[in-house]
Amino acid sequence: MKDNVKIRIMSLSLIVGFFLMWEVLCIMLQVSDLILPRPSEIAVTLWTRFPVLWPHILQTLYATLTGFALGVIIGVSIGVLIGTSRVAYGVAYPLLVGFSSIPKVAVVPILVLWFGSGTTPAILTAMIICVFPIVVNIATGLATTEPDLEDVLKTLGASTREVLWNVGLPRTMPYFFASLKVAITLSFVGAVLSETVASNRGIGNVMMTASSNFQVSLVFAGLFILALMGVALYAFFSFLEARVTGWATRGKDIAVT
Amino acid sequence: MASAAYPQPVHPRPAIELHEASVVFGSGDAAVTALTPTTLRMERGDFLALVGPSGCGKSTILRLVSNLIKPSSGQVLLGGRDAAAKEMRIGMAFQNPTMLPWLTIEKNVMLPLKIVEPFKRSFQRDRKGAYRDRVHALLEQVGLRDFANHFPWQLSGGMLQRANLCRALIHDPDLLLLDEPFGALDQFTREELWQTLQDLYLDRKPTVLLVTHDLREAGFLARRICVMSARPGRIISDKAVMLPQPRDIGVIYTPDFVEMTQGLRELIAQVRK
Ligand SMILES: Nc1ncnc2c1ncn2[C@@H]1O[C@H](COP(=O)(O)OP(=O)(O)O)[C@@H](O)[C@H]1O
Ligand SMILES: [Mg+2]
Repeated sequence: MKDNVKIRIMSLSLIVGFFLMWEVLCIMLQVSDLILPRPSEIAVTLWTRFPVLWPHILQTLYATLTGFALGVIIGVSIGVLIGTSRVAYGVAYPLLVGFSSIPKVAVVPILVLWFGSGTTPAILTAMIICVFPIVVNIATGLATTEPDLEDVLKTLGASTREVLWNVGLPRTMPYFFASLKVAITLSFVGAVLSETVASNRGIGNVMMTASSNFQVSLVFAGLFILALMGVALYAFFSFLEARVTGWATRGKDIAVT
Repeated sequence: MASAAYPQPVHPRPAIELHEASVVFGSGDAAVTALTPTTLRMERGDFLALVGPSGCGKSTILRLVSNLIKPSSGQVLLGGRDAAAKEMRIGMAFQNPTMLPWLTIEKNVMLPLKIVEPFKRSFQRDRKGAYRDRVHALLEQVGLRDFANHFPWQLSGGMLQRANLCRALIHDPDLLLLDEPFGALDQFTREELWQTLQDLYLDRKPTVLLVTHDLREAGFLARRICVMSARPGRIISDKAVMLPQPRDIGVIYTPDFVEMTQGLRELIAQVRK
């Protein structure tokens, strides 16, 4: 316990020290605020421009979460399908691997071509980018059901659905929640990326516009917001994971990514 | 229940009949004979121990009886009908207790009631009432009453194996299939569990087919011992154990018992050569 508190305090001081150092170095080396604004300037921009930034924050959040939700639905469906059937696994796996090795960034221009710029490509990018880790984790979790236990249940006359419902899916939960942490981060990256390239709303777009207008401290303000949002989303899903699958997390991280 | 007014049929069909049943995995050059044609008959309520070197086909016989695999030739009958007909209700336990880590012991033991008819029908209604009482009564019998709400990782290996026996018996099976259930336990715990299993058996009188390498375990628990030869396995000896039940654990040190297990040991050693 004591060690924990100590580490917390130290990591907090590290963060504070980092910004202090940044501030001090900028002043000492007289760095132009067109290159690297000081944290204090960024904070002022954040504060004064917040009413303008707020709708963009909501927009980015909306695109991320919608795409993520769709990705979870699709990822779970495919994962259950290939995790419960050895044939489906064998047949679909090569295609999935091929699909997963495409840099997802490369699909943004195609999505823009089909759907125009705006919210739709952002949502779809967020979706596509998070499907694969969910599929892999669900399929892995389902495939690791103990054969002895399956024999016990089959002997009792359990249907495939009953085995899936009582054993397969609960056993997969730790894998699933671990993959959600990874997936939400990826969705967020996907949404921001698509906004940067092809949208007139969202934090990604704010940063792009500010950059072309040389509003450097606004660019950095955008970066700060993204960092905070990313941390918040990750923390939320970590918390959820710990609550739901506490029985499995006695100290180890089992996500397959 | 047998009663005077409704006598049992004069010739009830045996619990288990294997007629020249064999199992071959794969085909052509890669074919593996897991069981050569084997004939075995087991009466209802009997307790049979199947012993033999590993790989001789003991688990294969259990898998045939539980209809997890089909015989490549011959027949497997339960209660006079094909094993696939599910004529008899089966409970099963392995060496690995396979408790579900996200459920309490109570809920783990209750699982078969969720799956097997007629219990399944009223599971939603009774799981908090009659079924819970039923689970608690059984846990009480094996000394786990106070652990009903514990999770599997809070229990020792011996306790988990007790819970495993409970899960195998909670739905009142006609047939109990045990595959080296105590193989992973230390000697003291094992002997305690022998007594627990003996009590459960004498109390409920299911038909029990126990696979084990442990000759003393076979001698202490079973009414009949079948010895199998090394792969490809055949039943080379089939003997009744002439000791009255319930047996006290001290029996395993009596000269008669030692002589019996010694005889079995020599038999197995001979066929291994
Ligand atoms: N699914 C399988 N495929 C191929 N060979 C198998 C399979 N299951 C069992 N065998 C083989 O059949 C033989 C008997 O196995 P088993 O019944 O498990 O033996 P044991 O007496 O140790 O329980 C072993 O030699 C094993 O290698
Ligand atoms: Mg075996």
